[in-house]
Amino acid sequence: MEDKSKKYMNPYLAGVILGFVIMAAFFFSGEGLGGSGAFKDIVKTTVVKVAPEYAANTHYFKSAAESEHSPIKTWLIFEVLGVLIGGVISGAFAGRLKLKVEHSPNITSKTRIIFAIIGGALFGIGSQLGRGCTSGAGLSGMAVMSVSGFLSVAAIFGSGYLFAWFFRKLWI
Amino acid sequence: MAPIFEQGSEWNFLAALFIGIAFGWVLERAGFSTSRKLAGVFYGYDFVVIKVFFTSAITAAIGLLFLNFFGIFDFESVWMPTTYTWPTLVGGIIMGLGFVTGGFCPGTSVCAAATGKLDALAFMGGIVLGIFFYSFTYEPIWETLRKSGKLGKVKIGELIGVQEGVAVLLFILFGLFSFWLVNKIKKTYNIKDVEY
Repeated sequence: MEDKSKKYMNPYLAGVILGFVIMAAFFFSGEGLGGSGAFKDIVKTTVVKVAPEYAANTHYFKSAAESEHSPIKTWLIFEVLGVLIGGVISGAFAGRLKLKVEHSPNITSKTRIIFAIIGGALFGIGSQLGRGCTSGAGLSGMAVMSVSGFLSVAAIFGSGYLFAWFFRKLWI
Repeated sequence: MAPIFEQGSEWNFLAALFIGIAFGWVLERAGFSTSRKLAGVFYGYDFVVIKVFFTSAITAAIGLLFLNFFGIFDFESVWMPTTYTWPTLVGGIIMGLGFVTGGFCPGTSVCAAATGKLDALAFMGGIVLGIFFYSFTYEPIWETLRKSGKLGKVKIGELIGVQEGVAVLLFILFGLFSFWLVNKIKKTYNIKDVEY
């Protein structure tokens, strides 16, 4: 018999569970789920620590430089640490923990890594401009029925479909 | 009355950790720890992303609507994004480009890195580089755009002129339509969900 724990979950069931996780975030903490915000906190903390005078003179870092609280101790940092732990737990139970560069057989590991860095950088820039990423601006925004959430999701996925053709060799 | 924990309290950080664990667990269980499966949504070979994404947003929207209706939950006292049209659109377009080149979004990259995907780790490094670039070029390049198109904390129901419940109902119908559509596409072209 096939081991069910190693299979991916039914997507609708996973969606309902994730919906309850989003509700829990709002209910217990008054926050939406997020991803990119934690990376922003890391960058802000680094710059404020390394170059406090520069930080205080910029519009982007000003609030973090003047805050009495450590910019690293945020709700999203703890949440993203949790994502890391949750991913390890699920991966361990399903036997999916394995160090590897995952890529289509048509490209090399090197190509995959280069484009992963480019994609990450674009997400870093886009999430700062768009006030959050797929989870923060999109998913959590839609959960509270905010115009911003729907706009963000439409832009991310619309752009993905628009540009998909140009990068098809990376995936298919 | 929700929210239960005070902002900035130790309890709230602990809640964040546990909520994050649940988030990471369900992402991994759903198959979001592999870029090849995630990218499938853009190339028509795997639609799990659409199903999980819309099911979860709709579930949460219905749940929060009811909690609000029963007076347990107040939208005024929780995080609610202010809508800025242009930066959200341009930011989203940049992120979409990031999705088809990198194969992850920030949340899923953390989950994938947790299972040992080195490409996800590279993606995370890229996010940090991107934010450094953005922050150092914020004033000359991004600041004006980021503050443009402000609409306020507007909800989709207010924008199209229907009640909150009707807006959620329309969202449900939209979700059901998208599920029907992707299942139709899958059936027509005989596509099986992939297991990477």
